[in-house]
Amino acid sequence: MNIQGENKTQNRILSLLPLWIVIGIFMIGPLLVMAVVSLMESNVYGGVHFKFSLSGYRQILFDTNLFDEIEFNPAYLIIIARSFMLALAATFLSLLIGFPAAYFISRQSDRVKNILIFLVTIPFWTNLLIRTFAWIIILGKGGVIESSFNFFGLLDEESSLNLMYTNSAILIGLVYSYLPLMVLPIYASMEKMDLRLLEAATDLYSNRIELIRKIILPLSMPGIIGGSILVFVPCLGAFIAPDLLGGGKKLLLGSLIQFQFSYARNWPFGAAMAMFLLALVILVLIFNARLNRKHREYANQK
Amino acid sequence: MKGKLLKILVSISFLFFSTSVFAAGKLNLYNWADYTPEDLIEKFEKETGISVTVDTYDSNETLLAKLQAGGGSTGYDLAVPSQHFVEIMIKEGLIEKVDGIKDMSNYKYVAEQFQGPSFDPNQDYSTPWQMGSASWAYRADSYSGNGSSMMEFFKPSDEVCGKVAVFKSPEEVVNMAHLALGSSFCSEDPNEMQAVMDLLIEQKKCVAVYSSEGINERLMSGEVIMHAHWDGYSQVGKWEGVDDLTYAYPKEGVVGWFDSLVMPKGAKNVEEAKAFMNFVMHPENMAMLSNFAAYANAIPESSKYLSDDMKNATNIQVPDGIPVKFGQACNKESQALIDKVWTKLMQ
Repeated sequence: MNIQGENKTQNRILSLLPLWIVIGIFMIGPLLVMAVVSLMESNVYGGVHFKFSLSGYRQILFDTNLFDEIEFNPAYLIIIARSFMLALAATFLSLLIGFPAAYFISRQSDRVKNILIFLVTIPFWTNLLIRTFAWIIILGKGGVIESSFNFFGLLDEESSLNLMYTNSAILIGLVYSYLPLMVLPIYASMEKMDLRLLEAATDLYSNRIELIRKIILPLSMPGIIGGSILVFVPCLGAFIAPDLLGGGKKLLLGSLIQFQFSYARNWPFGAAMAMFLLALVILVLIFNARLNRKHREYANQK
Repeated sequence: MKGKLLKILVSISFLFFSTSVFAAGKLNLYNWADYTPEDLIEKFEKETGISVTVDTYDSNETLLAKLQAGGGSTGYDLAVPSQHFVEIMIKEGLIEKVDGIKDMSNYKYVAEQFQGPSFDPNQDYSTPWQMGSASWAYRADSYSGNGSSMMEFFKPSDEVCGKVAVFKSPEEVVNMAHLALGSSFCSEDPNEMQAVMDLLIEQKKCVAVYSSEGINERLMSGEVIMHAHWDGYSQVGKWEGVDDLTYAYPKEGVVGWFDSLVMPKGAKNVEEAKAFMNFVMHPENMAMLSNFAAYANAIPESSKYLSDDMKNATNIQVPDGIPVKFGQACNKESQALIDKVWTKLMQ
């Protein structure tokens, strides 16, 4: 009995070994390289000098002015704050659209449900870059939106709605890209919901708003949290939509890191920024785990 | 199960077999996007039996970063950096010395002033590809200026404000600002760089987009009227239908560049790469390059093979008295200043 048990544990460890090796090589490895690079001295033409230095991290907050004095530099903090705001806005908008959509899907018959979920996943079959380019054609001058406005006589040929190269264009791009990641988890948690609860509540004279607030919302909370994380995290590091739709006029975290590795040739700073972004994401995930735990405790109490 | 494995092995061995039969050798070329004419590659493959794979990049910086990160195992046999990046790559040991460039049969066609250029005085590393300049272009049908001053671009009039587009990379933009202000490239003077920054921040109010891609499409749709541009590429835009697209040759000058073929460290197909270098220097082949990308070249005899379109290309003819100033490799101090300016601009 005992020997068998040991064998089982051994087997489990052995059978998981390939997984650990893959994670080790393809995930931890590159991260370690980044961590090491972030602690090196930069070489003016790219690459690093193998000498320990914290300048990459120091540069996030401080800068030397013209007289070689160290002073506080808010430039990168502004960029970080902007990325945060944009990611938050995109998450909020996705939630606003995704929640009712998920509810609607979960209320359909099985056949329709399957078709709708299938439709939600279709955009993932095409590369993100191409889908974002498509938005240029939709929003751009003489694009789909403007020409239909022209057609109905709402806009004359010469003028333009100036939809492209704005923050709204970035938001549209982000929400469009990551909306399915919001819909799917919420749908999953609504699917499991016991419909009798809704019936019972209506029997007890609760109105629609109460129905949503007291039953649907709490029960789909895990999905909402999960979906929000799935949307927020990639939005934080996004650089395709800001670049193509926003006109690249303002740096975001993702484009700032890319800039350091290409044009600025300051690899340690780019790596330090990437580690900083990673730390932010881990913080968000910890926050999420705590929320989930609280939610579970709350659910158990009930 | 066994049968399946056998099938896979057989098909894999066929794969190796077929490539070794059809190609005498292989060549991996890493070049700028929209810069390699297909007919030229086909001609080379036909003449030599070497099969060519072309991969593309969007800036000198991308190429440099790739070579730095690859550390001699990028898999590319040839790349096409601009003059100052050739210099950097030599200094950083990122490209191979190529034996006997001067003894190549087509080397004699290279114009004397381009033999042993300043960035490669003994012609140990590079052979010429194309050359041109960076400045800006405008749609003459919607703009009343004549492109005679760099300031038309940096201080746009109300007519074009909001319809100006600028390159996405700092290097050429900062150099153009230096031309406009009369300061020198790679300046280490904080005051001069402050002036550059002020100029760019002032200009940004009128800028619709910072991008180095899809320039001609943006001009064609009328989304922008004025765009930072390259001479040859603007000529291609003109051919493709933006009839009034005019490349500006401001009195302050334009930023010149000279692209060369070089061999990245660790290149596997050395002989094939040399064959391609030699092939490109032949006037007929060089003309194919120019006919395609509309840039000038360093082989005078190629003019015999230029298309009529190319002979009449107005955007690439530098008017008398307009200086062409070549971009340089900046040192750490001035590079740091450029980065600061750009970060502040994009903050």
